[in-house]
Amino acid sequence: MIEAVDVTRTYDLEGVSVPALRGVSLNIAAGDYVAIIGPSGSGKSTLMHLLGALDRPSAGKLLIDGQDVSDKTAPEMAKLRNETIGFVFQAFHLLPRTTALDNVALPLVYRGIATRERRAKAQQTLERVGLGHRTGHRPNQMSGGEQQRVAIARALVTEPKVLLADEPTGNLDTKTGQAVLELLEELNRDGVALVIVTHDLEVASRATRKITMRDGEIVA
Amino acid sequence: MRMAEAWRVAMDALRANRMRSLLTMLGMVIGVAAVVVLVALGTGTKNTVEAQVEGLGSNLLIVVPGQVSLGAAPTVSRMDNSDLEAVVKIAGDRERVTANLASGEIVRAGNASTFTTINGVMETTPKVFLRDIKSGSYFTRTDVDTGRRVAVLGAKVARELFGERDAVGQQVTVAGVRFRVVGVFEPLGQSLGIDRDNEVHMPITTAQRLFGTGRVDAFAVKAPDRETIAALGDELIAELSRRHPDTEFSAVTQEQILGVLGDILGILTTVLAAIAGISLLVGGVGVSNIMLVSVRERTREIGLRKAVGARPRDIGIQFLLEAVLLTTVGGVVGIALGIGAAVLTSALTPVPSAVTAWSIALAFGVSAAVGIIFGVVPAQRAGRLDPVVALRSD
Repeated sequence: MIEAVDVTRTYDLEGVSVPALRGVSLNIAAGDYVAIIGPSGSGKSTLMHLLGALDRPSAGKLLIDGQDVSDKTAPEMAKLRNETIGFVFQAFHLLPRTTALDNVALPLVYRGIATRERRAKAQQTLERVGLGHRTGHRPNQMSGGEQQRVAIARALVTEPKVLLADEPTGNLDTKTGQAVLELLEELNRDGVALVIVTHDLEVASRATRKITMRDGEIVA
Repeated sequence: MRMAEAWRVAMDALRANRMRSLLTMLGMVIGVAAVVVLVALGTGTKNTVEAQVEGLGSNLLIVVPGQVSLGAAPTVSRMDNSDLEAVVKIAGDRERVTANLASGEIVRAGNASTFTTINGVMETTPKVFLRDIKSGSYFTRTDVDTGRRVAVLGAKVARELFGERDAVGQQVTVAGVRFRVVGVFEPLGQSLGIDRDNEVHMPITTAQRLFGTGRVDAFAVKAPDRETIAALGDELIAELSRRHPDTEFSAVTQEQILGVLGDILGILTTVLAAIAGISLLVGGVGVSNIMLVSVRERTREIGLRKAVGARPRDIGIQFLLEAVLLTTVGGVVGIALGIGAAVLTSALTPVPSAVTAWSIALAFGVSAAVGIIFGVVPAQRAGRLDPVVALRSD
């Protein structure tokens, strides 16, 4: 599904190159449940951006869904993200003033799907995450847990192969976080690969595979 | 498909910042309204002046000594009544010819007085120049032949001297000589800042005696049709030059006057539109500014949209549409306001205005263009944002 071989990512900060990833190799197969942990600055966010086709490696080889990202243009990367990856963020990143239904339908807009079909699909997906009754609500009318479920539905609506969750429980209380995590795991059991980036060891311990990062390298 | 979404998002974004959107639009509204109003006033003035010149009468030829040019002093005429006979002979019909001897004088009636232009002319003048009499009548051929002391007053002169009373039958005095008022002209209004109602007509023979001269300043001849004007002009100049070898003569047609005036007023309209265009430019800069703010504010939204599959182009179009929406909605309001102001101006003031389809089309086109031109930089900036950076921003 995603294959990284000796991937390096270096940022250029005012003429000084700062390495964020130094030679990371990693394989995520269909249906995997992987947790990436490590202290802040360890490169786990950079790794997630690369795995999610938001960014390209400075060196090394990165295959997403069998496609080499190194020579892809920005529009091609956008298409790859839209078709393969579902993102779940710590801060939900829902569009304000937009209903749950339209938030969920957003990725389908960029796939060029007609409004009616888009909304039907979004409705189904919201029901799947247990929010079939909240479709007309806007983010500010929902609790944090509900907002994260909407975000998960948005990630899911395109039927991605991989769900990338960056601290998905970070803005939620323990109980709500637990429920969100269980939802993600349930989706994972249905077949989608799940990659969770976290510094919460308890969250990480539930994954079938744990990748620990430090100073831009995988240490365990 | 994606366009529909882009429209929805653009509308939504403008609505979310209602005050800011309105103020930005206001810049466009003022600019577009200014263009529409100023072009309408310029065009209205041009139309009115052209109508007035045309209203002088068609196929008109004016023959004067010297050259007709701005800045040159008029040549003193050496023409007299014998030239008049020659001109009538060439024109073939006395009805088509009038002559003129003009002087600025004070006219008095009782205690009232006013400064005006005395035109010594022939009884044919109302036919040659298409002038209407409001009350009384014009003087007759007999009045001209016998040099009677009769006068026809312009509407303004009649008003200044007699107020609301009927001037016909009253006496006026010019240079100490008394005249009987036989008629009053219909008002003509102003053109090019000249009050065309401030004049007194009297028989040219009477005027010659009054001013102690046998002079004729100019002739006006009405050609039978358009085709013969030029030939007639040449013939008249040839004959007059033969009679006065030391004088140069010019024949000016109405079309020539119209052409020069039209050019001047056309340039005036363009200049007015250009000045108003500057305010459009300022409005455009305002749009650009607000769009840059909007892009910055919505960086995270841009990042999210990119994460779920928006291409740089999708984001760019969304912001470009937002800018174009701002300017075109502002443009439409500005056009409405401009038309309203133009209509109101011509209703409440003597300044004429004519709203033309082209100025509206231009104003709309320019406002859309302003949106595109001033929206493109912010839109490109939004489209090129790195999704990683955009998502991380707060």
